[in-house]
Amino acid sequence: MHDKTLRELADALGAGEFSSRELTQYLLGRIDRLDGDLNSFITVTFEQALAAADAADAARARGEAGPLTGLPLALKDIFCTQGVKTSAGSRMLDNFVSPYDATVVEKLAAAGTVSLGKTNMDEFAMGSSNENSHYGPVNNPWDLAAVPGGSSGGSAAAVAAGLVPAAMGTDTGGSIRQPAAFCGITGLKPTYGRVSRYGIIAYASSLDQAGPMARTAEDCALLLNAIAGHDLRDSTSVARGVPDYTAELDAPLSGLKIGLPKEYFGEGLDPAVADTVREAVRVYESLGASVHEVSLPHTHYAIPAYYVIAPAEASSNLSRYDGVRFGHRCDAPADLIDLYKRSRAEGFGEEVKRRILIGTHTLSEGFFDAYYKKAQQVRRLIRQDFLDAFEEVDVLMGPASPTPAFDLGAKKDPVSMYLQDIYTIAINLAGIPGISVPAGFVGGRPVGLQVLGTHFAEERLLNVAHRFQQATDWHLRRPAFAEENA
Amino acid sequence: MQWETVIGLEVHVQLATRSKIFSGASTAFGAEPNTQACAVDLGLPGVLPVLNEAAVAMAVQFGLAIHAEIPEVSVFDRKNYFYPDLPKGYQTSQMYHPIVGPGVVEISLDDGSTKRIGVHHAHLEEDAGKSLHEDFHGMTGVDLNRAGTPLLEIVSDPDLRSAKEAAAYLKAIHSIVTYLGISDGNMAEGSMRCDVNVSVRPKGQEAFGTRAEIKNVNSFRFVERAIEFEVERQIELLEDGGEVVQETRLFDPERGETRSMRTKEQANDYRYFPCPDLLPVVLDQAYVDHLRGNLPELPAEKRERFQSELGLSAYDASVLSATREMADYFEAVKDVCGDAKQAANWVQGELSGALNREGLAINDSPVSARQLGELVARVMDDTINGKAAKQVFQALWHGEGESADAVIEAKGLKQVTDTAAIEAMIDQVIADSPAQVAQYRDAPVEKRGKMIGYFVGQVMKASRGTANPQQVNALLKEKLDALC
Repeated sequence: MHDKTLRELADALGAGEFSSRELTQYLLGRIDRLDGDLNSFITVTFEQALAAADAADAARARGEAGPLTGLPLALKDIFCTQGVKTSAGSRMLDNFVSPYDATVVEKLAAAGTVSLGKTNMDEFAMGSSNENSHYGPVNNPWDLAAVPGGSSGGSAAAVAAGLVPAAMGTDTGGSIRQPAAFCGITGLKPTYGRVSRYGIIAYASSLDQAGPMARTAEDCALLLNAIAGHDLRDSTSVARGVPDYTAELDAPLSGLKIGLPKEYFGEGLDPAVADTVREAVRVYESLGASVHEVSLPHTHYAIPAYYVIAPAEASSNLSRYDGVRFGHRCDAPADLIDLYKRSRAEGFGEEVKRRILIGTHTLSEGFFDAYYKKAQQVRRLIRQDFLDAFEEVDVLMGPASPTPAFDLGAKKDPVSMYLQDIYTIAINLAGIPGISVPAGFVGGRPVGLQVLGTHFAEERLLNVAHRFQQATDWHLRRPAFAEENA
Repeated sequence: MQWETVIGLEVHVQLATRSKIFSGASTAFGAEPNTQACAVDLGLPGVLPVLNEAAVAMAVQFGLAIHAEIPEVSVFDRKNYFYPDLPKGYQTSQMYHPIVGPGVVEISLDDGSTKRIGVHHAHLEEDAGKSLHEDFHGMTGVDLNRAGTPLLEIVSDPDLRSAKEAAAYLKAIHSIVTYLGISDGNMAEGSMRCDVNVSVRPKGQEAFGTRAEIKNVNSFRFVERAIEFEVERQIELLEDGGEVVQETRLFDPERGETRSMRTKEQANDYRYFPCPDLLPVVLDQAYVDHLRGNLPELPAEKRERFQSELGLSAYDASVLSATREMADYFEAVKDVCGDAKQAANWVQGELSGALNREGLAINDSPVSARQLGELVARVMDDTINGKAAKQVFQALWHGEGESADAVIEAKGLKQVTDTAAIEAMIDQVIADSPAQVAQYRDAPVEKRGKMIGYFVGQVMKASRGTANPQQVNALLKEKLDALC
């Protein structure tokens, strides 16, 4: 049961091979047995999961089952979940039990899914290795010495290890796609505004977007069907119809124009990763696609622009954690200023503090124009690069990350960690969708192919990813860790 | 040296929306602490603001009322600072692209003239909660009921030249927002709050002096007093060879003085930036035109009409148009009695006097406009005389009758105009007052006019106020002179 896709599990539930309760109990057992080695969950919600599974079984018995009814999944611990601790991977929110559900959580529950718990993550989604979590790092199931990527590292590792068939992540600069690549699963970052941000603990509001992480593009399509759409509680969600994302999965790729941005194959890219990506592109050619070199000339400005805009927004978004109403509060504050200073000094980790400091600085009087305004101008140029490219080609392809998963503790310098996101970060600045698809291995660690489309091209991306998965079996490979413990 | 005062006002008007500017929680005043603060108002992790369209409409209506530019696009910014009653650690406001551009407010001065005061802009923002320092034994309580209440901050140009002008400007703003119905204008409950920027300069000098900002001045009277104190303080300082420091000061109404709160050096850097959770507000022309088409008659227009169409004096027109309630009441009285001047006299005289004595607002008047209108009509058609009218008014005020006619009937106050009846009463009074008649007869002719007052009083008393005073006067004179 642990290595099946959502679609396969749905069929099995429908055929009565097992119940949602049995499936849920089985996976909870695996979490109990295996997660000690992975640390992919912060909170496992045993009771709520079994209750939801029973409700799903009852719905099925009444003939009211939908495509996701009774299917287990996990939620990154950044989605507010009523009655459940929602920590964002931070000591600051270690005591925070959310009194309300995020829209995504509400929609997934309404679709009949069964949440098994909340997954580990870099604190406030700031990180690319999951090493910035208050709850400790997560190990990559393909190699326990390797990081799972971040910030949605717990979600990626849990899916790869067969603890859940799918999980929800969020992606601000690559936080779905890079861990999906590192863990050999499929992860989709939808267009900004496609999925409601209501109830997702904010890191950088103009960049944050939730999306599915699963074994296949088809499963991502099923989940996107459930979570996409306009939400009156999120003004930045887009009022635009939601198609059936599974409808075009099998559409042929003949005539598809693929663009390879030359800037995505330059310095810093592991040659073995480059070869893996080129090999994947050849698969597409065999499926009838044509390949064109394109240029995204402002690519090298993406990381600097991101590290102005995201920290600026974060410095403001994280001001609410002041020890006054919820979250960590220092012991015996001497006065108000002491309460603020110590609660925040104790509650936030190093990387979060670094970004708050950067953001506070760049928004300060005298620096605002030079940093924030300039970065916004750069952002428009980056967006325009993509729009220009999509005049020429249907999709862009490249690596999701310059290297496969690196070892835990390998990147001590924050800037070298920031450079991890070189191929993912511009996509958030442009607001376009991107998907990472398993495309091979380098040194026994998975490599992800990233496919990008223009705004609201999710249907096309899922189709392109699905056809690849029909032609290859990279997505069917399972880490020994998962199989030995079957 | 001759000094000139320069004043600019920032008026915060609480908009009368039912729910908050970015959440669905109620804005009603006076609920138990923290019972009207939802997840959004509390700034819980993950919540997002959604703009209340009613607040936008109200802001635009204000802009239209002051003939301001309404920009097509306005943008919300975050003003970042830490304070316990500011749940998110920032206030959502509009720094760079306000919803209302430059406009003009006309104020009336005591000499009956008017002056045009520039409004620099007006912007929407959310209110903070309240910190409560009493009852918590050395700790501070936080009530977030008010957090997220919509405010329109109206920023004037430095066009005001005296405390009186500032107060008149504040009254004009009050009058506009209450006419529009976009605020209850209740200053005691904080629905209108005011920050005052004051500086002085030698008369004739063009450059502005250094200004002080006085925070939270919350009544018309306090605005005048705070400015008067501050102007005097600054002039004294300068005349003693000192300098005014740019600073924020607080007005203490009990001592009638302003005190330094923080200097410019201690000022916050608010790190304004566009709020990424809210889209820019884009107003299409049809929407603005629709609001324009539905604006009520505004105080300046009403004042003008009261003078030109109803023939009221500038003073009467100004007083009667000061609030929408006053104007509506007056116009209702006028419509019932059919005479604007009489209606104006009664509303400003008997009615306002009674209201002031009891500390009542015109909406709480026990005498309705219809009742007063009918009463005035009875005076005008000579059914009752002025003295009886006051009795009728008092009776209506105390609920002793449904209408003027009912009171007149019940109390028998119908004016007596029957000459024979009045003559009979006069004869009786003359017969009962031999000493006064003798004095009258012995007095020089030029003093008799005054002495007749005694007899008039007696006759009126005998008629219980119902005799027609003009007739009484004429007949008395005739009869007394016949005795001489």
